[in-house]
Amino acid sequence: MTRLLAALFGRLPIGWLQLGHNRMRMAAAVVGVAFANVLVMMQLGILGAIGGTVDRSYAPVRADILVSASDASTLSDGSPVARALMYRALAVPGVAGAAPLYVGRADWTRPDGTTAVLHVYGLLPEAAGFAGPAAAAGLPLLTRADTVLLDRRIRSVRPGSLPNFDARAPLEFELQGLRLSAVGSFEVGGGITADGALIASDQTFLRLFPRRIAGAPSHLLIDIAPGVDPAAVAAQVAAVLGRGLQLRPMAEAMAADRHYQITQRPVGVVFGFGVFIGLLVGLVIVYQVLSTDVADHLREYATFKAMGYPPRFFLSVIFEEALVLAVAGFVPGMALATLLYQILERASGLPVVMTPERPVLVFLGTVLACTISGALATRRLAAADPADLY
Amino acid sequence: MGDPIVISGLSHWFGAGEARKQALFDIDLRVARGSLTVLMGPSGSGKTTLLTLIGCLRDVQAGSVRLLGTELHGLAPPAQVRMRRRLGFIFQGHNLHEALSARQNVRMALGVQGRGDPRAQDRAAEHMLGLLGLAERVAYLPANLSGGQKQRVAIARALVANPEVVLADEPTAALDLDSGLNMVRLLRRLGRARGTTSVMVTHDPRILDLADRILTLEDGRLVGDRPGKGAEI
Ligand SMILES: Nc1ncnc2c1ncn2[C@@H]1O[C@H](COP(=O)(O)OP(=O)(O)OP(=O)(O)O)[C@@H](O)[C@H]1O
Ligand SMILES: [Mg+2]
Repeated sequence: MTRLLAALFGRLPIGWLQLGHNRMRMAAAVVGVAFANVLVMMQLGILGAIGGTVDRSYAPVRADILVSASDASTLSDGSPVARALMYRALAVPGVAGAAPLYVGRADWTRPDGTTAVLHVYGLLPEAAGFAGPAAAAGLPLLTRADTVLLDRRIRSVRPGSLPNFDARAPLEFELQGLRLSAVGSFEVGGGITADGALIASDQTFLRLFPRRIAGAPSHLLIDIAPGVDPAAVAAQVAAVLGRGLQLRPMAEAMAADRHYQITQRPVGVVFGFGVFIGLLVGLVIVYQVLSTDVADHLREYATFKAMGYPPRFFLSVIFEEALVLAVAGFVPGMALATLLYQILERASGLPVVMTPERPVLVFLGTVLACTISGALATRRLAAADPADLY
Repeated sequence: MGDPIVISGLSHWFGAGEARKQALFDIDLRVARGSLTVLMGPSGSGKTTLLTLIGCLRDVQAGSVRLLGTELHGLAPPAQVRMRRRLGFIFQGHNLHEALSARQNVRMALGVQGRGDPRAQDRAAEHMLGLLGLAERVAYLPANLSGGQKQRVAIARALVANPEVVLADEPTAALDLDSGLNMVRLLRRLGRARGTTSVMVTHDPRILDLADRILTLEDGRLVGDRPGKGAEI
């Protein structure tokens, strides 16, 4: 380590030796940085999981363009859209197809008394082109009334507690007073507002939600013909449909939804704030440690000044310390966070996963925070006056 | 080449306003190359102030200090920093870095010069520590050295980079008699062999015997200037 740093800085690694000399201080700082790292990692993990559940909630459908009411910030909220508009959109040249999407929420009380909140997606079985990866295989099976595809990863339903079921051996169950048979399955899992999902035909959906009407789906799905300019067609469709609607490419709608969950909804804001707090905690701890360390070595620093060391030497010593603390805190912090991710994922059913770029980002953030703390701590250096040594 | 230290009309004040107090009055002084000069005088007479002015550790306020051909009055901070690299300081306290071994402490004086690879620096540091009788202690941390040994490490650190001028303020206070004399003899040898110029504040009479020249300060004025017995040796 000493050699590595010596090669890196081209001098004796004073900062490292100095930190290593005071084990208690070093340990306190490393624990502090690791703690801040874990804090930030957990917050980011949860924010990422929120984003992940958003992505999952779009898995049953696909389309080039999603048309929603202007007050709909996610698939399952907002006002419905008039189906009549769909026919107007279909008349626009360059529109290859369109279909309604119905979304509702239902409580599934199971025979054992447990309840799961399900997002129910109503799709046209014949419009297979608008079935997303989760629904593509099973959608054609839904032409028979009261058949559905059931989520295999519903939170609060223990994996394995559902018997195997498929088209030949459907799973019969009751939802909102209607007997349904699950003839196929897919995997979406729980999110912030639901524990799982259910895919049905538009007809079955309307039987499940008698108060919803066929003429007012939740969203419209639109496909654009290949070879035409999608932006131009979208603009034309928008003009035809009139005001009060959002018309977005699917990816854009998903991004806006993620952004909405993280910045507008309380859960997202709380955890976003947590990231900030984690950074602040790390910053304060490192500043505290580095500035006491500078204060404790003022005579030595003054001696080095008398020997002709320039100001940048002292900066580099403090940055060396900051770097050592960043690395030493990051490694255990990262290990602990990875472990906590697994525990949290198992406990919450949310997709809390370590993305490959997150450790890199957090490490860079740690180095940056440590460097800022170091820069603040260098203000104490001015007190090292070599004239006071005699 | 002229004298390494040429001082004329040097005055110095501390404090401001009511509390302003003059510590040095119109000092004129030339110090010859390779000589060992002892500075003595009662407490508060300005010895340390004069030493810090010569050593670029304080800004010159009035008068002139020419050190190694460079005027220090009005010298910019970066040039001051470069000038200090040509000097060796021995302080009352050893001021060793607690986390560095004796060898690493001494190496710090070579590192600032940017000369030699680390291994050559280690060898030079070990050689200098050997001259001061610390060959067996090169890898020790200051906490494991006696007071006198620490002071000798500090002396090795001051001398290892071949400074042109050595400034020492009561360096023998922490040393036993033998080590003190040994150190002063080393400074004399360096003076004869390399032309190292030394100025040392001390009250130790046995050291006065080794000096080439003895200066006396009183109340900020130079009141005595006589050759020491060392000049005859
Ligand atoms: N940093 C300072 N601020 C204010 N006054 C100072 C300062 N340093 C020295 N003085 C004053 O300047 C005068 C000369 O001090 P100096 O330290 O040079 O004396 P000295 O001869 O080295 O004394 P000693 O033998 O006690 O070390 C003294 O009156 C002292 O009080
Ligand atoms: Mg003094």
